Amino acid sequence: MFYREAGDFKTSYRADSQTFPIRLDRMGFWAAMLIAYAVVPFVIDDYWANAVFVPFLIYAIAAIGLNILVGFAGQVSLGTGGFMAVGAYAVYKLMTAFPEVPFFFHVILAGGVTACVGVLFGLPSLRIKGFYLAVATLAAQFFLVWLFNKVPWFYNYSASGQITAPDRTMLGIYITGAQTSAVAKYLFCLVILTLVALVARNLTRGTVGRKWMAIRDMDIAAEIIGVNPLTAKVTAFAVSSFFIGIAGALLFSVYLGAAEVGEAFGINKSFLVLFMVIIGGLGSIFGSFAGAAFLVLLPVFLKNVLVGAFGWPTDVAAHLELMIVGALIILFLIVEPHGLAQLWRIAKEKLRLWPFPH
Amino acid sequence: MKKTFAALAAAALIASAQTASADLTVPNLSYRTGSYAANGIPYADGFADYFTLLNERDGGIGGEKVAVPECETAYNTEKGVECYESTKGQAALAYNPLSTGITYQLIPKVTADHHVLYTPGYGRTSAANGSVFEWVFNYPANYWDGASVAVKYLLDENGGSLEGKKIALVYHNSAYGKEPIRTLEELAKKHGFSLSLLPVDPPGQEQKSQWLQIRRDKPDYVLMWGWGVMNQVAIQEAVNIRFPMEHMIGVWWSGSENDVGPAGDKANGYKSISFHGVGDEFPIYADLKQYVFDPGKAAGAGDNLGNVLYSRGMYAAMIISEAIRTAQDMAGHAAVTPDEVREGFENLNLTEARLTELGLPGFAQEIHASCADHGGPGSAMILQWDAGTKKWGAVSDWITSDADVLDPLIAEDSAAFAAESGITPRCQ
Repeated sequence: MFYREAGDFKTSYRADSQTFPIRLDRMGFWAAMLIAYAVVPFVIDDYWANAVFVPFLIYAIAAIGLNILVGFAGQVSLGTGGFMAVGAYAVYKLMTAFPEVPFFFHVILAGGVTACVGVLFGLPSLRIKGFYLAVATLAAQFFLVWLFNKVPWFYNYSASGQITAPDRTMLGIYITGAQTSAVAKYLFCLVILTLVALVARNLTRGTVGRKWMAIRDMDIAAEIIGVNPLTAKVTAFAVSSFFIGIAGALLFSVYLGAAEVGEAFGINKSFLVLFMVIIGGLGSIFGSFAGAAFLVLLPVFLKNVLVGAFGWPTDVAAHLELMIVGALIILFLIVEPHGLAQLWRIAKEKLRLWPFPH
Repeated sequence: MKKTFAALAAAALIASAQTASADLTVPNLSYRTGSYAANGIPYADGFADYFTLLNERDGGIGGEKVAVPECETAYNTEKGVECYESTKGQAALAYNPLSTGITYQLIPKVTADHHVLYTPGYGRTSAANGSVFEWVFNYPANYWDGASVAVKYLLDENGGSLEGKKIALVYHNSAYGKEPIRTLEELAKKHGFSLSLLPVDPPGQEQKSQWLQIRRDKPDYVLMWGWGVMNQVAIQEAVNIRFPMEHMIGVWWSGSENDVGPAGDKANGYKSISFHGVGDEFPIYADLKQYVFDPGKAAGAGDNLGNVLYSRGMYAAMIISEAIRTAQDMAGHAAVTPDEVREGFENLNLTEARLTELGLPGFAQEIHASCADHGGPGSAMILQWDAGTKKWGAVSDWITSDADVLDPLIAEDSAAFAAESGITPRCQ
């Protein structure tokens, strides 16, 4: 009754193939956009931006990227942290080498560099599948972290091997560096996330996405009906790494400001983003958002409740936080293996039928 | 579901924001969990206990109570950012994150937001140059001082010459562990010893290959820049290959009871550098016992009294409180602001007489800070572990670092930072 898929008539091909064909979805989308662009920037402060919104937006980009590879194309990857590091170091080298170029282009170019590296490490996927591919991408993770630690050119020969984001502006407003306002950080990440999400959504609805899904569901059958596995897999790696590279670039330059490859982009990061994708829902753009929100917000929320509201010792709270998040992950995987996106689908189903049971 | 979640989060945040009061606030960015907890806990306890003592015995500093809100970072930079953002709104006077990674991240932030970042014996070494790093202080000593002190000690041991000797550096492969390399390379050139570098990837539970290499190369001395679980593993591995403990020197972060404990009696003779005294024989411990431990107000489990890292946490708290006191004297009122506290840090004049007054005679070196000098005297002493009595004992007097080598390096690195971030040096 509340969520109706029928009765929404289209009179042109254009209307029929729009991004959100169902009217209620469209309204939901515009409502979310309105809140994100017109309400949040007026209420956001430093704490909300740096502890909640900016990490959420950045991890959502990474989760969308990984979801394309794992959820849509079916290629398991454990190299996310390494690819994010490529994005971070690429943007660092670009920022320091070409300070006059607007920062936005640096971020996009860093994504491009990561896409090339992703394709390189994606080539083995033509021969190896499943767990074996996971191990190959794990090698990418360790190799890339080692590389950025070992070769001083990547960190401009600084004594400590740390990379620090210099101050960069766009249209006269600081985007990186300590003088950046909370609103600028938030809006910059939000614009990029919006672009990424729209591109991802439309890619997955079109030919490219259908090829990925065909490969995911059964690669031999896909090949027989004319899907070229080389292009399908390589494009999946390229697009996925492009998004992940952007996320890495933003994580380093806008969010952290300084980074150390082993600590910021280690294997833990790969697992964190993979968990976001699995908990959010494989093969769903909405799921990437939900998964990122779950794993970014929950620890901060628990910390604030346990330490801030109950006044518990910080170590007890930190240990409890790990246990609660872990238990919730297991609970979700048992109760709803298809992730938060599936819960949303079931909710829509219920809303459509309500108040009638069938 | 997301909406209710956001509403709950907002409620919790408002609840936590209301706890802020008009006290002097010194946040304690600590870590009691994760692979560095063994070292993070005693430090955090010492830090909190010293302020508890001031509050209980003297009613705070200059009549103002000190609030020490604790925030768990787990030595993780993202959690460090969250902790900084959640505490900076309470007019935080000084930050002491005990993590070189978090320090690097906070340097630009504190400079923009005007909070003091005090990093005794860690962080960015070139912050010793106050004319570039206005808001960062790292006295009494930094990593480069540590490297220089260790080499000077070895020079003494070898009759003034290290010509032809082999020294290996086993280090935490991170910003922290890489800091001394540049200085050691310069010192190797100056004194003619050869330096080999052995990085250990964090957290450092796996060091078999590094120690195999040491067994093969047979260096005369091993220096160690380790932290957390890496220290315990390294000392155990050194014992396993029967490397003489007397020939191994850890920086101040690689020399606590927790590090030598697991190797038991075999760790006897292990040496480490320290920039303050250790042990619970100082007169202040009588007060600590009376006002903090006996009433049950000690932080944590209260079992770290007098050990190396507890003393170091106490040292950091003591310096911060003395800087606040200096700021109060200069400003003429007790409720000082972060800007006034920065002045206090810059004009800190810590004398032996004052240390004795504080119940810590001979605990540390004197500090006479100035606009340009944020690095302090740069001297330290060598401690040696006695596994029989389970105590650290000093085996050297205060050794001052080699300023001829360090000053140009500090000038070079801080000039690079100034150029990178468009800072015009002050104090001209």
